[in-house]
Amino acid sequence: MSALGRVVRSGVGRRRVQTIVIGLVVMIAVSASVLGGTLLVASNAPFDRAFAQQNGAHLTAQFDSTRTTAEQLTVSGHASGVSAAAGPFRTVSISPVDDKDRPVPPLTVVGRTRPDAAAVDAVKLIEGRWATGSGELVVLNDGRFPPDERAVGTVWRLPDLPGSPTLTIVGVARSISATADGWVVPEQIAGLTTPGTAGGYQMLYRFATADTAGQVDTGRAAVRAALPADALTASRSWLTTREEGAGDTALLVPFLLAFGVLGLVMSVLIIGNVIAGAVSTGTRRIGILKALGFTPNQVVRAYLGQALIPALAGAAFGVVVGNAISLPVLALTNDIYGTSDSGVVLWVDAGVVAGTLTLAAVTAWVAASRAGRLRTVDALAVGRTPTAGRGQWAARLTARIPLPRPVTLGLAHPFARPVRSAAIVAAIAFGAAAVTFSFGLAASLTEVQATANHGDVVVGPGTPKPGTPGGRPVKGDRVPAGPTSTPRSAKETAAIVKAITAQAGTSGYCGVADAEATMAGLSGALPILATTGDGCSSGYRMVSGTWYEKPGEIVVATPFLTATQTRIGDTVVLTDHGTQIAVRIVGEAFNDDHDGMQLLTAAATLAAAEPDLEPEDFYIAVKDGTDPEAYAEALEPEIQQFDAHTSTENVGTPEVVLVINALTALLSLMLVAVAALGVLNTVVLQTRERVHEIGIHKALGMAPRQTIAMVIASVAVAGLAGGAIGTPAGVFLQRMIVTEMGRGAGYHLPASVLDVFGPVELVLFGLGGIVIAVLGALLPAGWAARTRTASALRTE
Amino acid sequence: MTVPMIELRDVTRRYGDGPPALRDVSLTITAGEAVAVLGPSGSGKSTLLNLVAGLDRPTGGTVTVDGVRVDELGEAGSARYRREKIGMVFQFFNLLDDLTVADNVMLPAQLTGMARGAAHRRATELLGALGVDRHAAAYPGRLSGGERQRVAVARALVNRPALLLADEPTGALDTASGEDVKELLRQLHADGQTIIMVTHDLSLATSCATRTVQLVDGRVAVDTAMETAR
Repeated sequence: MSALGRVVRSGVGRRRVQTIVIGLVVMIAVSASVLGGTLLVASNAPFDRAFAQQNGAHLTAQFDSTRTTAEQLTVSGHASGVSAAAGPFRTVSISPVDDKDRPVPPLTVVGRTRPDAAAVDAVKLIEGRWATGSGELVVLNDGRFPPDERAVGTVWRLPDLPGSPTLTIVGVARSISATADGWVVPEQIAGLTTPGTAGGYQMLYRFATADTAGQVDTGRAAVRAALPADALTASRSWLTTREEGAGDTALLVPFLLAFGVLGLVMSVLIIGNVIAGAVSTGTRRIGILKALGFTPNQVVRAYLGQALIPALAGAAFGVVVGNAISLPVLALTNDIYGTSDSGVVLWVDAGVVAGTLTLAAVTAWVAASRAGRLRTVDALAVGRTPTAGRGQWAARLTARIPLPRPVTLGLAHPFARPVRSAAIVAAIAFGAAAVTFSFGLAASLTEVQATANHGDVVVGPGTPKPGTPGGRPVKGDRVPAGPTSTPRSAKETAAIVKAITAQAGTSGYCGVADAEATMAGLSGALPILATTGDGCSSGYRMVSGTWYEKPGEIVVATPFLTATQTRIGDTVVLTDHGTQIAVRIVGEAFNDDHDGMQLLTAAATLAAAEPDLEPEDFYIAVKDGTDPEAYAEALEPEIQQFDAHTSTENVGTPEVVLVINALTALLSLMLVAVAALGVLNTVVLQTRERVHEIGIHKALGMAPRQTIAMVIASVAVAGLAGGAIGTPAGVFLQRMIVTEMGRGAGYHLPASVLDVFGPVELVLFGLGGIVIAVLGALLPAGWAARTRTASALRTE
Repeated sequence: MTVPMIELRDVTRRYGDGPPALRDVSLTITAGEAVAVLGPSGSGKSTLLNLVAGLDRPTGGTVTVDGVRVDELGEAGSARYRREKIGMVFQFFNLLDDLTVADNVMLPAQLTGMARGAAHRRATELLGALGVDRHAAAYPGRLSGGERQRVAVARALVNRPALLLADEPTGALDTASGEDVKELLRQLHADGQTIIMVTHDLSLATSCATRTVQLVDGRVAVDTAMETAR
């Protein structure tokens, strides 16, 4: 082995702690970067990628089976502009009930033999298996529903069909085009069709060009022209599906970008710090090498090798770990985005490894070049001669602090190496910012979720409405019963209200009725939630203005203000059943029902237009200490006679929130680990540099606990400073990202969503920097305490 | 009969597989003695000093200082022992460069929990007694070798130790400074301080010690009482 090789080998082997720390830091940094990069890639135009992966349908068309034939539909697949087609598939709408006879929202079921054989809409089976016989159903993976309600093995009954057949869920599948709510074998369709009805056909088309609504319309027209008149009963453009999907992804992208950038910057910082520190502690060794005849160039090569060997090993492990962590994370993002990403893309792995090693090499090269250029005699003198001036003012100052002397000694240490200390402050600040941001984001999302809770118990109609399993709201949508419910009479309403107010434990209630109106300048009908009762503002968070207090006042959400170019205080005119009603906007609330276009007002506002409007649902807030389940059970017999039933409000936690929380926790942990490792490395370097000094202290009677206290104190200042910088930065980041997430979805957010930190939390997070610092310093502090005094005193 | 202050009994110290640095050394030193430990490099002088100081543990035998079984002490016990019983002076002074002279001297006292004010008073008294009080606010790097060693002695004495250990106290000094330190040690001994000094410097031994112990290959070869007046 050459002299250079021996020097590198001994440098790597003899400095095991440093070698391990470099390897660990690089490993975690690479893992975090691979994960961050993967998330960024996964969040890049996710719908378009998922659409491409599944050969999504540009047009999902529904046909009347009495007006066209399967043959004609097959021919329509060759219509002008159609590049690919799948179908015809038989379709039917079913209305099942669950094992407790609670109605399940109606499903459009399509008969398909296989999930992914079609040239269009290659459905991705994500759980269970595909249906192979009658009585088996594969359901669409639909984030609106709690997974356990649609788990494999669930049995649904179809009471409307002769013999009440059952369907067992055997699989869960994903269709980015959302072409169906469920799939069965084609032979099953006939058995699911209500006698006397014909069912329908579904065709899925891809067009040569479908980038704009006009191009899709042209394709639709070509298909329509190829078939008998009126055969096409409904169709859905992929652009509509994409627009609806944009909301969820818009939530995630800024969040992932923030974490990705945090992770990358921190990795750069820590790797740079660790490598530069490792080289600089070898300055005296460099002096010896030069004294023995090594050229500066050889010195640089030796130290490059010493840094790159553990960095290479760390990067290799980091890629493996990063890929392993990314797989379950990708499964989550696949669920949210509808994508089918199966693993980390190669260029992310390659880019991260190349970037990391380049960074390590450049840092080592710069540090070693600097050391290599030192005069040999100066390099040899490092550690032996007094370092005049550096940090003496701090030592003098801290000596006067009335704290135990070991603590005040440690407090002065960071000032002897200001650049390294600044780097470690930055690392801790990043860690503290990550934790603060993470907590803030989770709290903000929880607060957003809380806006969907409008009561503890819901009294709804006996007949469920589509989209509300068991009559319960889906994802907290406060949407009253639809047209399937029988209108309630004023007498019935009064009786229900009487029962609610008489029920022990009632704190307040809000009766809600669905209404619609039009407004000049807006196409389509505006949904209105008309309310009665004393607890109607429950759950709504005001962005600005006030809640309505009297008829003629309305509260709206940001999308309405944006769409109508109005502001609080403006008066707008609604037309309801031909009657014009002037209403004044008194408040802006965070309300994402009906994409934020829902108007909230007292039912009396619409009295002139809809005198018979009666509430269909009642949202009840129970008093503190009242069990909602028991309350609902007690109220049930009192209202059953009015075709109403109770249920407890159970909005669950949306999957996207769960994913964000899980990712936040994971990424925060990694960033904190990298920060703590950075501290560990610094303290290891510091301990090594100060080993002689530690020996003196111990010779003078410094006890092991005092030594630990001194070492811990030496990072406490950095921890405090890092926390003091990182915490406000985390708060700033949380506010910026959450605001951006809201803006991406088209909403202004209420203060309650943004102001999630109390003074106590801020202080605690500020102190979190010290926790990171102490975590990183504990191990080397222990080593310092155990250092053999006699050996340390001999160390130069 | 005089009670021994330091008693080494059959002390052996072995490092790894090599020959022992000390082998079966038995030595008794009474309070007030000034003992110079002499010997060539590798004879075990520093090992002996480290064992008495509680910086190292013997592989075999016992070390008792002022009634304390030093060889049985743990890390914390050793530290307490050094704070309370021992003052150490080193060849290269081992002053902390980022602390002022006064802060250096005060440090061992502060490690015992002494308040800063009291420690400062004691340091000022010692620095005055040793003639370096004018440098109290200076940093060690600005002092001459002799002055630094005086500061080191002041630091060693700040806790009024029963035993002063000096490892080549004149080894890094020029002749004039060396004489200066010799005189200082003589004075300390004259004031009743028990001293063990490890040195190559025969003139230091003859001028300051009441007894010389010659080590050769880890064994006591010669143990001679000297005629040195207090």
